Amino acid sequence: MMKSILALFCGMLFGVGLALSGMTDTHKVIGFLDIFGNWMPDLIFVMGAAVITTLLSFSIILRRKFPLLDNKFYLPTEQKLDRKLILGAALFGIGWGVYGYCPGPAIAALAYLQPVTIIFVLAMTAGMVFINVLNNK
Amino acid sequence: MIEYLPSSIGGLLIGLAATLMLVSIGRITGVSGIYWGVISKQSDKLWRLIFVIGLPLGTFAFHWISQIEVPTANTFYLNAVLGGFIVGMGVKLGSGCTSGHGVCGIGRLSPRSLVATLVFMLTGIVTVALIKQTVF
Repeated sequence: MMKSILALFCGMLFGVGLALSGMTDTHKVIGFLDIFGNWMPDLIFVMGAAVITTLLSFSIILRRKFPLLDNKFYLPTEQKLDRKLILGAALFGIGWGVYGYCPGPAIAALAYLQPVTIIFVLAMTAGMVFINVLNNK
Repeated sequence: MIEYLPSSIGGLLIGLAATLMLVSIGRITGVSGIYWGVISKQSDKLWRLIFVIGLPLGTFAFHWISQIEVPTANTFYLNAVLGGFIVGMGVKLGSGCTSGHGVCGIGRLSPRSLVATLVFMLTGIVTVALIKQTVF
């Protein structure tokens, strides 16, 4: 029950942050990536503030043996800097630049009830399923 | 500089959400991973589904309370389909996105995430530089 309440609160807080920050505005995102053109630096401040916050908080939190409501932390275990990571990241950046959304903002922007956003999320889902199918062959 | 205050506070809230997720339920706030957990054969789906629903709920609440105008999304449908599909491939293959790698991964000082973030920033920038004519 507490877990559900926290998931809801965190999701909503994240959604507020995304909307306030401008991440749900494809124009601002493209503008941020448009370093050689009409650069809109706003998203530097988004990433900067978010990362400073987590750099500080994570180092403190991860000194603990477990979180408040569970008996362990669920952290990624993969360590290798492999081709999949690089290729995946490269593709992600390309897709990001083609439209202007990454997963979080896209899902949050469903709130705007614009059909093109639903199309993006569906296409994104298809892309994830596609790779999953390839991985399982 | 004051015009960047909303972005900074937005980023702070994102960081706080990730902080709370980690300290309370011990989870990394990587939206692509959480979303995949909702749609795939994963156990323990409920918190993931609730989180994913929370995202647009929070966004809606923000605009409703602040009365700040909703941005018009990029209406190039071809870009939405292509961009969406490529983003989907990329986050699944690369195990993360801006929240997972960029915010949480760097927060944990993960070398994988730092590299991933630099790579996707780079390809994002190059992509926009190359195709700016078709985007807006």
